[in-house]
Amino acid sequence: MTKYSIFSLIRNALSYHENWQKAWRSPDPKPEYDVIIVGGGGHGLATAYYLAKECGITNVAVIEKGWLGGGNTGRNTTIVRSNYLWDESAALYDHAVKLWETMSQDLNYNVMFSQRGLLHLAHNVHDMQEIGRRGHAIKLNGIDSEFISPAQVKEMVPFINLECRYPVMGALLQRRGGTARHDAVAWGYARAIDAMGVDVIQNCEVTGFKVEGGVVKGVETSRGYIGAKKVGVVTAGHTSVMAEMAGFRMPLESFPLQAFVSEPLKPVIDCVIMSNAIHAYISQSDKGELVIGGSGDPYVSYSQRGSFDQIEHVAGPVVELYPIFSRVRMMRQWGGITDVTVDRSPIITKTPVENLYFNCGWGTGGFKATPGSGHVFAHSIAKGEMHPIAAPFSMDRFYTGALIDEAAAAAVAH
Amino acid sequence: MLMITCPWCGEREQIEFSAGGQAHIARPEDPAKLSDEEWGAYIYVRDNPKGVHFERWVHSHGCGKWFNAVRHTVTDVFWDVYTMGEEKPWVPEDWDGLTTRAQYETAKTAGQTAEGGEQK
Repeated sequence: MTKYSIFSLIRNALSYHENWQKAWRSPDPKPEYDVIIVGGGGHGLATAYYLAKECGITNVAVIEKGWLGGGNTGRNTTIVRSNYLWDESAALYDHAVKLWETMSQDLNYNVMFSQRGLLHLAHNVHDMQEIGRRGHAIKLNGIDSEFISPAQVKEMVPFINLECRYPVMGALLQRRGGTARHDAVAWGYARAIDAMGVDVIQNCEVTGFKVEGGVVKGVETSRGYIGAKKVGVVTAGHTSVMAEMAGFRMPLESFPLQAFVSEPLKPVIDCVIMSNAIHAYISQSDKGELVIGGSGDPYVSYSQRGSFDQIEHVAGPVVELYPIFSRVRMMRQWGGITDVTVDRSPIITKTPVENLYFNCGWGTGGFKATPGSGHVFAHSIAKGEMHPIAAPFSMDRFYTGALIDEAAAAAVAH
Repeated sequence: MLMITCPWCGEREQIEFSAGGQAHIARPEDPAKLSDEEWGAYIYVRDNPKGVHFERWVHSHGCGKWFNAVRHTVTDVFWDVYTMGEEKPWVPEDWDGLTTRAQYETAKTAGQTAEGGEQK
């Protein structure tokens, strides 16, 4: 792998950028691997990255049904934050934010991580109480969080309409929060793991698991059988489908969550603004598009479209809060399939099948956790026992009762 | 907009309805006898199929009544709606969710007629 640098940029500029090498190979699957990761999204690729980099396991394949980062990794609103209520969540998501901070250097790939600050608006007394409780909990976990007044919000976002139907009464600010370039995360990880000898196999759909005596032996794919000592499944919205193939059920439901972007504008928002109460969040990409998201659809679906009424449901509050955008045209709209647990916390777990591990249930907010999720999952797979940060997120919690109920704090705001 | 047929009110827009999740989940007869695993599964584990889904809806901004429906989760096309307490309707295995029930049945009838014609 040639290191990307200012010098490689100049060298390639001299040959009109015609000689850049491919970022990763397209190998044929080997007959057997030490670890197979099913799902070539950010979390799966990050898992392979930490397996190779920190656990010394490089005989690894990442198997992807479509193309890399074509699922929720390429469909989210790129927000990164760690302002969660519960200790377990704070540990997991802030672990991720710390890894985000050095990711571009680690991968030698610019993921354009920008800690531009993230505002959570409060619109009523209950919101104020919620951010009060959560803000203090976040601080107790040693994570940055500030309460700010409507006047300070106005200073950060001069065109906001504070006196709208649901007036802005205050906000919670996480300055370390921000955005990253989602595609670059998938590509950067793929390039880095390829250089360490991991096989990235695209257009290869897993159609079944080979399980003998309760132990997983490999996966059946559209390109034939591939053996594996251990298998990690990181397939987001399709996790229930994978679990059914392996012979058990997961406490998950899959819902479409949609987002849309506007035509590119001159720089206008230099932070991320989220609002749980009225279901709208907005930021501006480096290309200038407004990136807008809202709440998910209420019914189980794998349609990857999103329902029509949600567009109005999100656009309405956006226009009310930011009248300046009322005549901005929307350019694209899409949906991703989110695997949602009842407590809105992820599942990182062993399964009833030995050596088969699942990392799922990230629901509407997985992107922000990409490096942290991969890191703890890789260590769990390598050791055969769950990493301490991942342990509370086991699927056992759905019958032990130790749920990590982020529903109140995080509702739809991811 | 997804159109949903309420068994009592007829076809209405989806925004009039609320989704109620998987249908036909029977409450265990004697919850006290269940293990923690079984009770957890009853409370939290759902079918979540990529395909035919039996589910509940309530016409919250209409008649307010609950009913069951069969929908394909890839295309969001409904096969049928039926009232609470009715048996699950039969869904053919080769229904791919791209057609409505009426279209499927018309195509089947046409196909059978054509086959019959060939035999003659």
